[in-house]
Amino acid sequence: MSLPAVKLTDVYKSFGKSRIINRVNLEINTGERHAVIGPNGAGKSTLFNLISGFYPVSSGRIELKGREITNLSSHQINRRGLSRSFQVTNIFPKMSVFENIRCALLWTTGYRYSFWHLCGRLKRLNEKAEELLEKISMTERRHVPAGLLAYAEQRALEIGVTIAGDADVILLDEPTAGMSRSETERAVSLIREVTESKTLIMVEHDMSVVFDLADRISVLVYGEIITTDSPDNIRNNTRVQEAYLGKESA
Amino acid sequence: MLEYIFFSTINSLLYGMLLFMLSSGLTLIFSMMGILNFAHASFFMLGAYFAYQISQFVGFWPGLVIAPLLVGVLGALVERYGLRSVHKHGHVAELLFTVGLAYLIEEIVMLIWGRNAVPYQIPNILDFALVNILGTDLSAYRVFMLVVSIGMFIFLFLVLTRSRIGLIIQAALTHPDGVSTLGHNVPGVFMLVFGGGSALAGLAGVIGGNYLITEPSMAAHLGPIVFVVIVVGGMGSLTGAFIASLLLGAIQTFAVGVQVSLSDLLALFGLTPEPSGLLKDFLRIQISHTGPILPYLFMVLMLIFRPKGLMGKRET
Amino acid sequence: MKKKDKKGFFMWSKHGLWIAAMLIVIILPFFFRSGFSRSMLSQIGIAIIFALSYNMLLGQAGLLSFGHAVFYGLGGFFTIHILNTVSNGVITIPLELLPLAGGFGAVIVGLVFGWLSTERAGTPFALISLGIGELIAASSLMFPSFFGGEQGISGDRMTVFALTGIRFGKQITIYYLIAFWAFLSIVLMYLLTQTPLGRLANAVRDNPERASFIGYNPHWVRTLQYALAAFFAGIAGGLFAVNYEIVTAETVGFIPSGNVLMMTYIGGVGHFFGPILGAVLVTFMQLSLANMTHAWLIYFGLLFIGMVIWAPSGIAGIIMLHEPVWKAKLMKRLIPSYALAVFPALILFLGTVMFIEISYHLSLSVDPTAPMHLFGIHFRAQSLFPWGITVFLILIGFGLLQRAIKRVRQSWGEVNLIMKKESS
Repeated sequence: MSLPAVKLTDVYKSFGKSRIINRVNLEINTGERHAVIGPNGAGKSTLFNLISGFYPVSSGRIELKGREITNLSSHQINRRGLSRSFQVTNIFPKMSVFENIRCALLWTTGYRYSFWHLCGRLKRLNEKAEELLEKISMTERRHVPAGLLAYAEQRALEIGVTIAGDADVILLDEPTAGMSRSETERAVSLIREVTESKTLIMVEHDMSVVFDLADRISVLVYGEIITTDSPDNIRNNTRVQEAYLGKESA
Repeated sequence: MLEYIFFSTINSLLYGMLLFMLSSGLTLIFSMMGILNFAHASFFMLGAYFAYQISQFVGFWPGLVIAPLLVGVLGALVERYGLRSVHKHGHVAELLFTVGLAYLIEEIVMLIWGRNAVPYQIPNILDFALVNILGTDLSAYRVFMLVVSIGMFIFLFLVLTRSRIGLIIQAALTHPDGVSTLGHNVPGVFMLVFGGGSALAGLAGVIGGNYLITEPSMAAHLGPIVFVVIVVGGMGSLTGAFIASLLLGAIQTFAVGVQVSLSDLLALFGLTPEPSGLLKDFLRIQISHTGPILPYLFMVLMLIFRPKGLMGKRET
Repeated sequence: MKKKDKKGFFMWSKHGLWIAAMLIVIILPFFFRSGFSRSMLSQIGIAIIFALSYNMLLGQAGLLSFGHAVFYGLGGFFTIHILNTVSNGVITIPLELLPLAGGFGAVIVGLVFGWLSTERAGTPFALISLGIGELIAASSLMFPSFFGGEQGISGDRMTVFALTGIRFGKQITIYYLIAFWAFLSIVLMYLLTQTPLGRLANAVRDNPERASFIGYNPHWVRTLQYALAAFFAGIAGGLFAVNYEIVTAETVGFIPSGNVLMMTYIGGVGHFFGPILGAVLVTFMQLSLANMTHAWLIYFGLLFIGMVIWAPSGIAGIIMLHEPVWKAKLMKRLIPSYALAVFPALILFLGTVMFIEISYHLSLSVDPTAPMHLFGIHFRAQSLFPWGITVFLILIGFGLLQRAIKRVRQSWGEVNLIMKKESS
């Protein structure tokens, strides 16, 4: 029995009077690929923002690999090995692709706030950045400012920036949203490759992607998790079909 | 003592209301357009100078109406032909535009009216002691100032709560992003608010210029204080601006009369340390001399410990 | 063989600019021999350091400060106090290293103020910086033992021993001392942009949220960047102290704070070398225009507002806009339209200058009825004729310039079209 990668206990979140997350309990096992699905407005992104420290919780407890991270700030959580991507592409638009990746590598390669190293001279850092560029197949676009990339490329870069720090828990927020069929396929294989031997939690609307990638699925409806189960069981769960899949296919 | 308290109260009320006439316009402009207008106090100065010039020709009373209107029109023109074209370059450019404008207005004022103060005087008709309280005269002009500023306060309140444009402005105050979706003529409203805010500042200049001194540096003196007011009050909150105006007016007015330093205080407890250097300076500072720094100290502490300000709903 | 040549050229193009700059700095005083121009060169050197340090905030970290002179002034005061301590024989520090006292003093203050003010960027930071600036400026008169009250603190640099054995009496020796520090500071500030902190300052400027999800605390990145900017501002202030041998409370005030903001912005915040151009131009303008006309502050204000409205990327931005055109060898297509625009611009400029000068003469000169002279022509400011010419020039210049600008836009359109075709 290993510790769960992420554990949420009785987590609530309200904005003003409206309660967005309503007593969520969730355990994500180490090494699994876990998908969170649910209708629009169910609070999936809010859940991600709580886990990654973007919002403070109203009440409840969040643990990362057995240590409490409730209401730590984002950078502290990131340093403990949790990294995330955003639903709306969130990179450094004025920097080149290569610079984006290199910046994302700086903290974990130990250079931190250094103002006595020159990035260009750091061999290990630049090699790592090259490797990662290769991994996300963007070596040829390295000099392009990230803001000028095509949409699918930006999404790939976003994944690159997210995994660069070598976090072992990765949160991806709708990584394939807005992509064409072929782009989605490529993204899925990229995600599969880069999250090998890591814990992945993802929010995703594309059901084929979810059933393709996920080991387990949690269904979030109106801020509550109504069930967590294997993909097959979720497919056959009548409550889920009512709440979510039914609507979607209708 | 009673006399000191009474007159300090009157003075701080006057100063506070003057500050509010400036800060209310600045607050409206900031909350509607997101622009921190560095030239706001310059419009105040222009009001004073215009009123002075007009009083040279036709006397004080026409100036009371014409000068603020002129300043308002000028403000509207600045918004229409200046700010609006800078808008596309982002907030920093907008802010710097107003900084440059403040700088330029000061230079132009010096160019037209000279470097020294102009003799802008209170009208003869109000130049008498209205009543004698506790042995000191209360001048009629001060009472007049108080009446005008309170009148303006009521007028502003009525416009904001009763008129259509006021309702739009109120909507903008509470939901800054939502106004453009309401389908109103947003650029027109902006121009009106900017012009109106400038006119208010101009009015403050008309009645404050002869109470204070009408000189080219008056904008640079008052401008930063007005920023302090809107930060302390909570950016975008009119109620906050009102409270903060009175508060700062009181702090500055009352501090002037307190001739006490830390070493006096220590002496009360029988302590008479004789340090040298910075500590000596520090102990010798009299409260009355801290007037210039108190507002800024107040603002910096406020921004650090309560960034929302007194009444603000959102962070600055 | 050919490959080697290419590499040699590469080395030159990489370091050539620095070497050329160094050479220019060394030979400049041989061309400018008067005391006035040499002291101006010294002032420019100080202004360059100050403006570049300001751009570490505004350009690189997106922090608009209205109180950067706090560190310039405090750096000056720290240096002059240390200078006096050295003069009194309490400690021994060579004169050449004294500006470091300003730098290190400023860095400590910078860490404190930086931490207090950079939790959030944008408007809150701008306001806190204004507050801190006013706070220090207003309190300078309350602490006379540090700020020296009205008359400031003065010192005598000749009483301090020099490491190099040079007697720092003449302006030229001080010029070379300033040039040395300026060159060193420019190189260091440039290298800082290439360090992890420098890159992260950009990252935090553009997207603080993302920066915190790659492990960085934006607040701490800004604080460090702020403290380093304070360091170089302190060096500039230290050089000021050594140069003038007196520091007054005005150096911490709003005027130098506004000044450095304007020179940096006019030079251009988006490119490293922008503030250098701004510092050279603005310092030159301030010193030489102030000799020529009393109305120079108006010209300065007009220039600043004009830049904000029409060229928010500054002089450096305008230059770099032409880089791709230059590379595509298309400059010859732009130059004719530029040449056409020069003429009406000159007319407008002339008209504006006349307008300002005549008004100035009328309202601020000792005797407005005395004849004034402008461009070698004598006339009476009261007569209508010069006013008529002025208005005529302004109107004609403005009208023609509108048409010329249309032409410039047109040729830019053509150039862009050609470049687009070539790239695709």
